Parts: sequence; C-alpha cells; structure tokens
Amino acid sequence: MAQAADTTPKRRSRSGSPSGSPTGNPGKEPAMTRDQLQQAYRDMLLIRRFEEKAGQLYGMGLIGGFCHLYIGQEAVVVGMQACLQPGDQVITSYRDHGHMLATGMEARGVMAELTGREGGYSRGKGGSMHMFSREKGFYGGHGIVGAQVSLGTGLAFANWYRENRGVSLTYFGEGASNQGQVYESFNLAALMKLPVVYIIENNKYGMGTSVERASASHDLSKNGSPWGIPGMQVDGMDVTAVKAAGEVAVAHCREGNGPYLLEMKTYRYRGHSMSDPAKYRTREEVQKMRETHDCIETARKALLAQGVAEADLKKIDDEVKAIVAEAAEFAQTSPEPDPKELWTDVLVETR
Amino acid sequence: MGVQILMPALSPTMTEGKLSRWLKNEGDEVKSGDVIAEIETDKATMEVEAVDEGRLTRILVPEGTEGVSVNSPIAELDGGGEVSQPTAPGSDGAAPTHPAPPAAGQPGRTGQVAKEAEDHAKVAEKGAAGRPEAAAQPKAPAQEPEKDWGPTRPITVREALRDAMAAEMRADKDVFLMGEEVAQYQGAYKISQGLLDEFGPRRVIDTPITEHGFTGMAVGAALTGLKPIVEFMTFNFAMQAIDQIVNSAAKTLYMSGGQMGCPIVFRGPNGAAARVAAQHSQCYASWYGHLPGLKVVAPWSAADAKGLLRAAIRDPNPVIVLENEILYGQTFECPTDEDFVLPIGKAKVEREGRDVTIVAFSIMVGLAMQAAEALAKEGIEAEVVNLRTIRPMDTETIARSVQKTNRLVTVEEGWPFAGIGAEVAMQIMETAFDHLDAPPVRVHGADVPMPYAANLEKLALPTLDHVVEAVKTVTYK
Repeated sequence: MAQAADTTPKRRSRSGSPSGSPTGNPGKEPAMTRDQLQQAYRDMLLIRRFEEKAGQLYGMGLIGGFCHLYIGQEAVVVGMQACLQPGDQVITSYRDHGHMLATGMEARGVMAELTGREGGYSRGKGGSMHMFSREKGFYGGHGIVGAQVSLGTGLAFANWYRENRGVSLTYFGEGASNQGQVYESFNLAALMKLPVVYIIENNKYGMGTSVERASASHDLSKNGSPWGIPGMQVDGMDVTAVKAAGEVAVAHCREGNGPYLLEMKTYRYRGHSMSDPAKYRTREEVQKMRETHDCIETARKALLAQGVAEADLKKIDDEVKAIVAEAAEFAQTSPEPDPKELWTDVLVETR
Repeated sequence: MGVQILMPALSPTMTEGKLSRWLKNEGDEVKSGDVIAEIETDKATMEVEAVDEGRLTRILVPEGTEGVSVNSPIAELDGGGEVSQPTAPGSDGAAPTHPAPPAAGQPGRTGQVAKEAEDHAKVAEKGAAGRPEAAAQPKAPAQEPEKDWGPTRPITVREALRDAMAAEMRADKDVFLMGEEVAQYQGAYKISQGLLDEFGPRRVIDTPITEHGFTGMAVGAALTGLKPIVEFMTFNFAMQAIDQIVNSAAKTLYMSGGQMGCPIVFRGPNGAAARVAAQHSQCYASWYGHLPGLKVVAPWSAADAKGLLRAAIRDPNPVIVLENEILYGQTFECPTDEDFVLPIGKAKVEREGRDVTIVAFSIMVGLAMQAAEALAKEGIEAEVVNLRTIRPMDTETIARSVQKTNRLVTVEEGWPFAGIGAEVAMQIMETAFDHLDAPPVRVHGADVPMPYAANLEKLALPTLDHVVEAVKTVTYK
C-alpha cells in the first residue's frame, strides 16, 4: 500500500542491504506485509471491542471513577508495538488500555482491574490508570499528566546504563506536551543520548481544550528541535504509516543516536473520560473522522484489496469478540480483593 | 433475541438522571456509535451512544422522565444481523437483572455493589478491621541492644556519607549517584568527593538544574531495578520534584499490586543552614514523614549518617535521607568495621536519664545533648532519644523511655503545626498516656518563614534555653 508515502521519511538506506533495514525505503516495500497487516487489524480490533465493552461496563456501574477510552487511536500503539523487540519498554499516561493490550497483556486481567477485582493486574488496587507488567515491558499507566515522560526517559536511562540496546517508547498527549518536565526530559535525553522514542499522541483535544488553544507550537514534531531531536509527523490513523515511521525512530534510538520524536496525528472518538459531554467539538467532526479515517476500516479495506477473504476477517472478528466476552465475564466473576489487601504492598518488607 | 439498552452511568457519582431527549424513534436502525438519546446527569447533559447494532423496537422510558435509575432498561433493540454483544453479559445471572420498572428509583444489584464500593466509610471500616496485621507501618526491629561494632575513629559527617556511598557502589553495580554538581565539581557540599574518579561518569552523573526532570528519570530507572541515589543540592529544591517522589516513587508499588517497587534514595541537606533566608531554610521531615510508601531517616552523628545511608541504599523501598548542612563538617566517632550499618526504624538512646525524655532528630540531637549537660548541673537527669528514623517511627523506644521518666519534651527545627513533635506526642498519648505526669511540650522553630537578619534568624530557631525551659515546664521545676 502506498498509504505511508506522505509521512514516511525520504531518506534511503545506505547500507546496501538487499533485504532492507528497518530504515529501508518504504516507497518500494510496504511497511507491513499482508500477514503483519492482518495481525495489526486483529490487535486494533481487540482494543476497539475491549474499549466498547469497558464503556458498557462503566455504564452499568461496574467500573468506577475515571475511565479514558482509546477508541479511534488504536493504530498508534499497534503500529509502534510492531517495531519493538523483547526487553524494550512502553510507558504512557492514563489513556492506557490500548497500550496494555498492544504489549500483549491479557484482556481479562486489564478488564478485571477496571472492575476493581482480585484478578486485575494490580489486584484491584490501581484501576484504569494504574496497571503494570514487567514481563511485557509495560511500565504504566500513570495518572499525572506529563510525569510518565520523565519516567520513560528513566527507562531509557536504564537501557543506557546497562548498555543493553533496549528502547523506551514514551507516549504522551499533545496536552502533556506543554508540561515543563517534558522539556527537561528532552534536554536530558538529548544530552545523554538516551534511547527513547517520544510519541505525542495528538488527538487534538487535551480534555476540552483544542491544541490550537493550548500550544503556541504549530508543529509538535519540531518541539525537540532546539535539542537536536529529530521529529516526524505521522498519520496516526494509518497503522502502516505508524509502523514505517516507528521503524525509523526505533532504529535511530537502538543505534545509539539519542532520542526521536514522533507526532501522531490521531483522534479519539469518545469524550476525554466517561463523564465528558464533549461539547467542545461538533458531532459532524467526529462523524467525519469515523467515516473517512477510521484505522480499522482502512486496514480492513486494504486487506480485502490484498485478497484476504471476508470469511477470514469474520473469523478474526469472532475471535476478538470471544476474548472480550470472556474478559468481561472474568471481570465480573473475579472476587473483590480481600480486605487484607488494603494493607499489603505499601512497602517491600525487607525482613 | 432483543437487547435491552440500560440507563448508563456517565460519571463516577451518577446514580440517576433525566432522560431529556430521544434522538431515535421506535423502528429506527441504530449503528454502533450513533447518538440515541440525551441524558442530564448531575454535572452536564450527555449523549448516549449505541454500542450494539440493530433496530430500536421499543422505547421504555419516554423523554422528559426524571430520576431514571442507572442500569434500568430504557429501550429495546432487536438483535439485527450481527449482534453478539448483549448489553447484559453472560447468561448465568451474574449480569444485572431488571425486575424494576423504569424509573422506579431502585438501582440494579450491580449498581448497588458499585455504590457500596464507592462508599468510603465502608471501605474504611473494612480497613480498620484489617488493621491488626497491618503492614503499612512496618514493625520496628525487635528491641535488642544495639550491636557493638567494635573500634571507632573520628570522622566528619561529610566523610561518613561519602564512605557509605562508595562502599555500596563497590558492592552493587546497580547503585549510582546523580544530581547537580556531584561529579566534576565533587559535590556542592563536597559530599561526593572522589567518587567520579573511582566510579567514572556512568555511575556519578552530573545533571542539569532540572529537579523535576532528573528525579522522574531516576524514578523511572529505579522501576527497572536500578538503585539510584539522587542528591538534591538542598531539599528545598526537591519541591520542584515532589510529584515524582510522592506520586511515582512512593505509590507505584501499591498501585501495581506489589509488582513494581522503586529502590531509590533521595538525599541532601534539609532544614536551616545559616543566613540563607526563607526559601533555603525549611525542614521537610513532616512532609515526607506523612506518606505511606516512603521511609524517612534523619541522621545526626557520623555513625548515624554512615549506617543509615548504607541501609537506605540497600532498602528496596524509596528512602528519604534528610541531612544537615551544618553537621557536614562536624566530627564524631564512627565504627571502622567494614560491614557497619544501622537498622532503619530504630531510635537510639544517646544519653540515659531518669527525670525527662527529650526526643530529637538531626542537628537538634546535639542541642538536646547540650541541654542535658546543662540540666545535669541543676540536678535534672534528662534522657535523650535520637530518633534516627522519622518513618517508620520507633515509638517503642520513646514509650519505654517515657515509662521511666514520665515526662516528654520534643525538639525540632521545623514548624510546630502537624510537625514531628506533634506526632511523637500523639503516639505517646496513644501508647503511654497513663505514664505521663505532665503534658508533653514541643520545642520547635518559630511559625514564620525563616528571616534573613542575624538577630531574627536566631529568634526563629530553637535554642538551649528553649529546651531547658521546656524541661523545667514538664518537670515543674
């Protein structure tokens, strides 16, 4: 597919490697093979269906507090995750369910955390915004806007310290991109050449404030330029474009060249959180995005055009629905945490 | 195979709402994502989006109805071609049941469960019941005489801190030091003298003057298992970074259900130095002592500094080490044993006495010792307890002392309101009230920002006379 054409870098691989390095020439080779795209379709669909179910459970009062859905932005995490190797790390803020599923965390454990049950990833003590999996390289799940950017820089620092060639994917929204500690982190990462890909998920609205009203910077991909951090704007609604850009950025970091900044142009269909009436944008704006730029529809059409049978896609749909149904069931049947859990995990006991 | 559409909860606090408008009519086709109705909640007017697809067969609650309970059915949808996500999940009765007529004011069972979960009083009740085996406040090590570490030699607090870091860095390659001026400059207060030479620039790292950013970076590194020592040039500057200390370092273990600990040390001078005025002269003991998830130590002597800092670096939890600039150059006897370390959570009786217990920490231990000397000349024998650790506080040692002396004076440089003295006094009232022969008295810094002028600064800090006076008050002398 040529969808990646306007967002992928023009630079060509000079390695002469015929197989094409990750930084290769996406103009000739698709960023994703058919199988990869099919996998991405499945992963995006899983996030979509999961989030719809979470919204439903919230409506039934089974999920409490804040619940920030990722619907619309699925291509970003799925495309980026496809660029990683075992041992790499992922960190984000509170709109985090999609990131967790993309790293391979189990839907049932995430859903059970949303319902505050013992079977949740944090045994019910973290909730929607606070889940972690060392095994999958997922470092949260953080509730304070911008804090994860410094923490993600620290994950990259650990890779630098250990010289293990690992890369940290540090996600934040365009709202968080105005935070002071983001720029402190840019400076530190550039200074120390830390392997961190900063990914701004620009979904146009920080809660109810549009990016135009919040940021004097009009091209967020250039926000790292004073520190010499290369940046790229990416069509974040197109998973192949995300993957193509991600490969460039991740390779840049892995080779020891310091941080990289990707601005993903994306869109959330739902409100900021469940209790957001979203009056700051028109119904038509949302509808237009859904109808013309939906990442899952785009992938679906591409797969059909590449000869994948409807029946195969239906099989994927059914598999995903079954996973989500099972997760929802588990999230309601898993017991609430034992009252004793109130007092555990405050400190690691040394003796 | 119809699907019921339920009145959704659209905010954490919503239990009922007004169904103000239907945007679809009976018989309309509904697609996932279509807005089907508008609801007024306690906060705003919200749109209800369809999750399932199909034909709207019946509207159960007419528009304009007020007080519609969350989870009661508001409409029915016929399955359509591809519906496979019934609103009521499962078929074994775990799903909400809807016997109540619309707008009956009775939330479904699941709604009730959710409501109970949000009932903080109930949660607290459960918590109180679970308190006896509570691990939130780890038990202080069993009371036993402090180990005799053998021969000592005089060293400064500065040397003790450096030696502690060097010893732990030699023992564990995951330990490193970062902060402003710690490497090439050899430390703003020369605490890290020589460490760059021995351990190199990967393990002794100069940072820019960006506390918020580098503290977050250090916490992130600690989440992966590295063991950073973060030096703040003074704890006053750590306020720039306090969100990372509180929200990221102290809470992540709990929020992750025990998966992700944060083995990190934050250290630096705390409290008043000399003539540096309000922004550079504040005691943070009660700030950090307030937080579950942190340990806080405040050494006085060189032995305290070396033993507690080594313990802090080895501890798998975030530990705040509150040092004192004025003490850096003071010399104390310190054990020479290479394995010397002190337990966190254990106070030390620095001087025994029978008439009054003086509890102090950090530089105020020195003042308390001087006061005890002066009082001895007047025939009053004071027992001085050096807290060493602010949290978890060794209440047992203080209580045992008060049981002997029956009188308590606390001494701190910080402000009185919600301070460490207040905490010590309350702990003693809870554990040894019957042993008190007089109300405890607090000696503390004046409740004002630290002034610059020499005479005013002197008036703002505890003095020997204050301590002597306080002891006389509680001993009715």
